[in-house]
Amino acid sequence: MSVAEAEGGKRSSFLAFDKLGVLIALIIVAGALMPFTIFRANRIVLGEGRSLIEALDPVMTLVLCAVLIAGFVVALWRVDTRAKLVVGFMVLAVLAINVGLSADYLTPEENNFSRISPGAGFWLLTFAFALMVADALTRLRFKAWTRLGILAAVAAAVAVLLWSGTLDNLSILREYATRADAFWQEARMHLLLAFGAVAIAILVGVPLGIFCYRTPSVRAAILNVLNIVQTIPSIALFGLLIAPLAWVALHVPGARAIGISGIGTAPALVALFFYSLLPIVANTVVGLQSVPEAANDAAKGMGMTDRQRLWAVELPLAFPVILTGIRIVLVQDIGLATIAALIGGGGFGVFVFQGIGQTAMDLVLLGAVPTVALAFAAAVVLDAIVEMVSTPERPK
Amino acid sequence: MIELKDLTKTYGDTTVVDAVSFTVEAGEICVIVGTSGSGKTTLMRMINRLVEPTSGQVLIDGEDTRKVAPFELRRRIGYAIQGHGLFPHRTVGQNIGTVPGLLNWEKERTRKRVDELMRLFQLDPDQFRDRLPSELSGGQQQRVGVARALAAEPNILLMDEPFGALDPVIRAKAQDDLLGIQRKFKTTIVLVTHDMEEAIHLGTRIAVMDAGQLLQYATPEEIIANPATDFVAELIGGDRPFRLLSLDRVADHVEQGEAEGTPIEARLSLREAYAECLWSGREALPVVDNGKTIGRISRAELARKAARPQ
Repeated sequence: MSVAEAEGGKRSSFLAFDKLGVLIALIIVAGALMPFTIFRANRIVLGEGRSLIEALDPVMTLVLCAVLIAGFVVALWRVDTRAKLVVGFMVLAVLAINVGLSADYLTPEENNFSRISPGAGFWLLTFAFALMVADALTRLRFKAWTRLGILAAVAAAVAVLLWSGTLDNLSILREYATRADAFWQEARMHLLLAFGAVAIAILVGVPLGIFCYRTPSVRAAILNVLNIVQTIPSIALFGLLIAPLAWVALHVPGARAIGISGIGTAPALVALFFYSLLPIVANTVVGLQSVPEAANDAAKGMGMTDRQRLWAVELPLAFPVILTGIRIVLVQDIGLATIAALIGGGGFGVFVFQGIGQTAMDLVLLGAVPTVALAFAAAVVLDAIVEMVSTPERPK
Repeated sequence: MIELKDLTKTYGDTTVVDAVSFTVEAGEICVIVGTSGSGKTTLMRMINRLVEPTSGQVLIDGEDTRKVAPFELRRRIGYAIQGHGLFPHRTVGQNIGTVPGLLNWEKERTRKRVDELMRLFQLDPDQFRDRLPSELSGGQQQRVGVARALAAEPNILLMDEPFGALDPVIRAKAQDDLLGIQRKFKTTIVLVTHDMEEAIHLGTRIAVMDAGQLLQYATPEEIIANPATDFVAELIGGDRPFRLLSLDRVADHVEQGEAEGTPIEARLSLREAYAECLWSGREALPVVDNGKTIGRISRAELARKAARPQ
C-alpha cells in the first residue's frame, strides 16, 4: 500500500479525493469537450471535428456519456484500486468500440473516399483511462505471471476487436485494408531488424562486457567509444554506414551474397547493432561488478577455476542486470527500427514515411501504432522475466 | 601438518608479510591474530595460494604446494570467510555441495554428506536444504558457510574471521560448535582473527602478527605469561589473570572437601568459578559433574592459578 493510500484510510471516505484522480478527471472533462472523431471527405484534406453528440447516434451517445461519467466518478473518488483497474479497462474497451461505431455512423452510404479517424477527444479520453489503469497496475504490484496474463488478455481483446470488424470503417484500418500484404511483410522486417540487432548485440556485447570487467585497463576506453556511438544521431549513423558498407559489398568476396550493401537491411541492422552495444556491455560490466566480493572470494577459495566461477557464480548473479540492459535495448530498437525505412531497410517506418510524404496521417498511424504496441509489450514481457530470474530478497 | 618457510609477500615496495616461518601440527588449531594491516589474512591466503608468495614455501604434509595446480590444492583445503560468502542464487544444499560437485562426487554421496553436515550444524535437512541463503538468520548462514568448507572432508580448514559478523551470544555458540567439530574430525585449522579473546579461547597455538612480522608463536598460556613484546602484551590487555583462568576447566582443579551454596559445573572455566566466588562472597564452591558432587574448588586456589606462572 502506498503512503497516499495509508493516509487516505484515516480520512472520511466521503470527501476522499484521489490526487492523481483529480488530474485524470480534468483530462476526461477536456476530452469530452473536444472532437471525438474527425471527418474528412477524402484521405488528404483537412478534417472537421465531430463532437460526442455529433459523432454517434443518440442512443450510443447516451450510453457513452453514462460510461464516461461513471469512469469520471471512479477516477476522482478514492475507491478500491482493483475497482479502478477493472473500470479503467472497461471504459477503454467501450471507447474503442464506440470509435468504431462512430466511423460506421459517420461514413456516408456507398462512399469509399471519406475518412473517419479518432479525434483529440478520443485520444485524451484514452490517455486519461490508460493513466488510471497504469496507476492501478503500479499500485497493485502484481506478480510477474499476473502481469503477463493481463498483457495476454489485453492483446486478445484487441485481436477480437480487430477481427470482429467493429473498427473496419476507421481510417487507419481503411489504410490497412488496401495494404494488408505489405503490412505483414513490413511487420516481419521490423521484427527481424529489432530482434536481429538485439540478438547480435547480445552475442557480441556480453563477451565484450566480460572482457571489459576482467581487464580494467581497457574498460574505460571501450565504454567511451560506445558512449560516443550512442550520441551520434540515428539518422546520421544510418547515413554514415552507406559508404563503408557499399565498399565492403564491392570489395569483400561473398559479402554481397549474404545481403550486404550500402542501402537496405544490412546498414540498418548494423546501425541498430551499434546502438544496442553500449547498454548491453555496460550492464554486463555493472552486473558482474555487483556480484558480492565474498561470494567470488569463496568460489576461488573452494577451488573453482575462472571459467567455472564465471558460469556458476558471476553470470547467474549478473544475469538480471544484463537482462535489464537487453530490455532497454529491445524497446529502443523496436522504436529506432522505424528509421530504417529511410535507407530502404523496411519495417513499419515505411508507412510512417509514406504517410508523411502524402500528408496522410492515417498511414503514419498505421506504422506508428503497431510500433508503440510492440515496444510496450516487449517492455512488459521483459520486465516480468527480469523479475522472475532475480534472486528474491529476504522476505521481511 | 602445515609448514611455512620464510614466507614473504611484497607488493611493489611494501612488504606485507616478512619472512614468516612456523609449523602447524596435524589436528591443531592455529590462530593468527593481529590488527588490521598486520598481514595476517595475506599470510593465511598464501597457504591455499589465493595469494602467491613472493618468496618462501608452504609444505603440506611435506609436499610443496607449488607442485599442485592452485584450484586442485584449494579443493583439498576447506575455506570459510567472514560474511560467509554463500552463493545467494543457490540453495543451502547446493551451497554445501559445491566442492563435492567440483570433485565430481556421485550425486547420492554428495546428498548424504550434505544431510550429515546439516544435522551436525543443527539445521534440519528437510527444512533447510532447499532454502536460499537469504531466508536464513545470520547465525544459520555462518553455519552453512562452515559446513560448506567441510563438505569434501578436508584435512585442513582455513578460516578468515569466520565469526566476525555475529553477535556475542551466537558467536560464543559458534566458537564452541567449531571446537566440538574439530575434536570430532581432527581437522587442522588455521583461523585468522583480530580478537585476542577468540584466539585464546580457540587456539592450540597463537601466531601474533604485526606489520608483516611474526612476533610470537606459542601456546595461549605462554603468550599470556610471557608476551614476547610490548605489543603482544598490549593485545592481551590488562585482564591477563582472567584470561589465564579462562584457559582451564574446573574439572582439572577439584579438591577434596565440602562447600556451601549453589554448586558449579565441572565443565565451566576457572574464570567463571572465580567470578562466582567473588559475586556470592564464598571462599569455596561445591563442584558437580553430571549432577553428582565431586568435590570443591576454593577461592585461594583460583587466585593462585591467576598469578603469573613462574
